Amino acid sequence: MTTSTTPGKPRRRIRLWAVAVWLLLWQLGAMALNQKILLVSPVQVLLRLGELLPQGGFWGAVGFSFWRITLGFLLACAAGTALGVLSSRFWPVRDLCAPLMATVKSIPVASFIILVLIWVPSRNLSIIISFLMVTPIVYQNVLGGISSMDRKLTEMADVFEVPFPRRLRYLYLPQVMPFFRSACAVGLGLCWKAGVAAEVIGLPDGSMGEQLYEAKAYLSTPDLFAWTVVIVLVSLLFEKLFLFLLDRLGRRLERG
Amino acid sequence: MDITLRHVWRSFGEKQVLRDFSHTFPQGELTVVMGPSGCGKTTLLSLLLGLQAPDRGEILGLEGLKKSAVFQEDRLCENTTAQANLRLVNPSLTREQANQALTALGLGDSLSQPVREFSGGMKRRVAILRALLAPYDVLLCDEPFQGLDQDTKALVLTYFREKTRGKTVILVTHDEKEAEFFGGPLLLL
Repeated sequence: MTTSTTPGKPRRRIRLWAVAVWLLLWQLGAMALNQKILLVSPVQVLLRLGELLPQGGFWGAVGFSFWRITLGFLLACAAGTALGVLSSRFWPVRDLCAPLMATVKSIPVASFIILVLIWVPSRNLSIIISFLMVTPIVYQNVLGGISSMDRKLTEMADVFEVPFPRRLRYLYLPQVMPFFRSACAVGLGLCWKAGVAAEVIGLPDGSMGEQLYEAKAYLSTPDLFAWTVVIVLVSLLFEKLFLFLLDRLGRRLERG
Repeated sequence: MDITLRHVWRSFGEKQVLRDFSHTFPQGELTVVMGPSGCGKTTLLSLLLGLQAPDRGEILGLEGLKKSAVFQEDRLCENTTAQANLRLVNPSLTREQANQALTALGLGDSLSQPVREFSGGMKRRVAILRALLAPYDVLLCDEPFQGLDQDTKALVLTYFREKTRGKTVILVTHDEKEAEFFGGPLLLL
């Protein structure tokens, strides 16, 4: 017996026809303007992408930025989770973290980039920036997830004498997972935006940010658009893959 | 060993809920506890579960006993399946055993669903099963059959009686029919 209703499939937020309309408008606008330096058409962007794809330097730049931004993100997930768990258990850690996280969240990313450039070589800049942008989000969500834990559930676990590893597995992880996922969904978009911005300012050799900067310096608008498309695609693919794996893990936890 | 409460007092602020209360619950029997709302039935169970301490008096016979409970609320892990809720309190339970028990109480169609998608009656049955399948010496139940429809209640009552035969159970209820069904000692508060 089940009383749950089967809701209709949620309407996708992005419809293909809407994307096609905007692409068409972009194409028509570029054709009407006929100024490649101001606005390139989607077709020209695709053609430029086709030229870039076979080049070794292209994949090198993608790999360079991908590895560093992802590393920063993963380190932020680990640090944010660890600090969130510690803060939930020990109030001094919570008190210490509160102003730190608030400060990191409120400082403009450009200030951080310039500051970090003084301390670390530009090659590792995007790791630090990605890390700094994502850590407070993961921290707050994990702490929120643990704090929202129903006290009656922990009381239940006390009565049944459930040991900590099993509580972690069945009580805490399934409870915190939706909060962690939400933090990752926000953090994944943010780490790429901030990470590439850091590379544009720090100009590490062989990065996607450097390619963007060169496109701007040489007024190569097709390159600028092509690299932007690449950044969006890579971040989107990574986001989808990461969240897919996280959802699988979440389902495993739900199944027990 | 019997469970004995001697001259137990418990108050909440100005309200005295238990006043010089003494009683012995016999080992290996199901005792039904009845009484009007607010007379201290749930407080009595909380004291026996060790969730609250008496202001005065003592409780004997619970030392070293494993407890199990059906709380007034379901207190289930909503984001996991019914099976995971059962294995939380009893990891030695195999998936097959858990599924068999769930199927016996009419939950066989919902094995892969998280509990948050269950109806109130379904959650109640999972809470009852969790209490019955946990390893325990004494089982304490606070209105465990509330919220079950007539047919399901009959099924669950029979299952419950079979599984608790010869065990120490303290069961709080408002329903006289439930008290009649179980027979045994009755405590009126």
